[in-house]
Amino acid sequence: MIFLAALLAAPIASAQTISPADPATASPARVDAAIAATFAGAAVAWMPRVTQDETQRLCSLRRNEPTQAEADSIVARESATLVMPAETTVLGNWRNGEKIAQNGQGGQFSDAPGTVSGGNCYACHQMAPAEISYGTLGPTLAGYGRLHDFKPEAARAAYAKVYNPQSAFACSSMPRFGHNKILTEQQIKDIVAYLFAPDSPVNAP
Amino acid sequence: MRHLLLIAMPLFALLLGAAAPAMEDSEKEIERYRAMIDDPMANPGYLAVDRGEQIWSLSRGTKSATLEACDLGQGPGVLDGAYARMPRYFADADQVMDLEQRLAYCMRSLQGLDLKDIVARRFGSPGKTSDMEDLVAFISNKSQGHKLAAPLAHPKEREMYAIGEAMFYRRSAINDFACATCHGEDGRRIRLQALPNLTRPSLQVQQVMGTWPAYRVSQSQTRTMQHRLWDCYRQMRMPPPDYLSEGLTALSVFLAHNGEGATINAPSIKR
Repeated sequence: MIFLAALLAAPIASAQTISPADPATASPARVDAAIAATFAGAAVAWMPRVTQDETQRLCSLRRNEPTQAEADSIVARESATLVMPAETTVLGNWRNGEKIAQNGQGGQFSDAPGTVSGGNCYACHQMAPAEISYGTLGPTLAGYGRLHDFKPEAARAAYAKVYNPQSAFACSSMPRFGHNKILTEQQIKDIVAYLFAPDSPVNAP
Repeated sequence: MRHLLLIAMPLFALLLGAAAPAMEDSEKEIERYRAMIDDPMANPGYLAVDRGEQIWSLSRGTKSATLEACDLGQGPGVLDGAYARMPRYFADADQVMDLEQRLAYCMRSLQGLDLKDIVARRFGSPGKTSDMEDLVAFISNKSQGHKLAAPLAHPKEREMYAIGEAMFYRRSAINDFACATCHGEDGRRIRLQALPNLTRPSLQVQQVMGTWPAYRVSQSQTRTMQHRLWDCYRQMRMPPPDYLSEGLTALSVFLAHNGEGATINAPSIKR
């Protein structure tokens, strides 16, 4: 009798090592309920960060690999958000841009009120070749302006990519710095100058 | 043990103070120091283990009871290997719980303890210890050398896995970040900090999941996975997730499964 019980119990025990490839599902509504429960204590002013816009929703669902039609719709929607500077030049002060690229502060619940956000570019990108502390989540930007022949239209395209990278690449991992008001127009111009000024350390050989 | 720690601490401060010049050097120096003190006789996390052992046996609450009858999944009061098999489904609560949720459940049901103070001290700070961090240090240490094997058989465990996986890829807040933004590929770094890919079962996930809770050198506190996920959401520019909330357990279920087979070394010592 005991042997029989042990035999019967065996498949149940092995069931504990079932691969997650087996059906383990949660509906989008169930996931939303879990999210709501997890951030139930958040301040009202922070609640818009918990919900998703359509681009976030789609990129999450597709794990950043949308279909071509979805990608086109994202690029169209995000391009419509672009607010380009009125004047032709989008180059600010590269020295300020370097500080913004190095600054990872801002936007966190641990930040003091009124903290000015940085771009934290170095967290993900190589920029000036002399700076060894750079991340590799994004492509290298070393020599960026030089490699684009310092062309004004390339600088404007860079401004647009910092303002809203998904205006160029659907489901880009990069934050939409201008669209989500993380950086001001002047800060983005300063970063573009850091990329495009011929005397910027980014373009040092 | 405490005498050894008293000797170790000034050396520790000295090394941290000397590590200023370049981040790479300080990383190496902390790594070297970490290897040196990854030892029960020197890891300050073991002070939390000692405190946790006392709290486990402390009578308190309206029922003047200890936690010693708490069932962590292996039977009332059974601690050996319990942490290595969590989070898990508990029929009495009809809920998948991680260790901290389960401890809160036992504090309420066995001790009649008001959790207000426990939750207020969920994360320790200088001069203010956390009962939860201490208890988790003590209980996780009872799984030392065990293989991580959180069950995934009950439908609610499987549902939590699926919720955790969806949350891992869920982009939100002003930076559009998901967990997967930083932990979705092999061999990436933030600045010079290497980022483990946590999306699928691998040795690198085992190395992460086998080493929590951990004494954090940078914070001088023993931290649990609840704190680690809270800190990730801070960096993701999200609001603070609620302590003991469902989503954090869902993420832990997803991560525990990807780290299945990890040898538990807890509390470990980390940057």
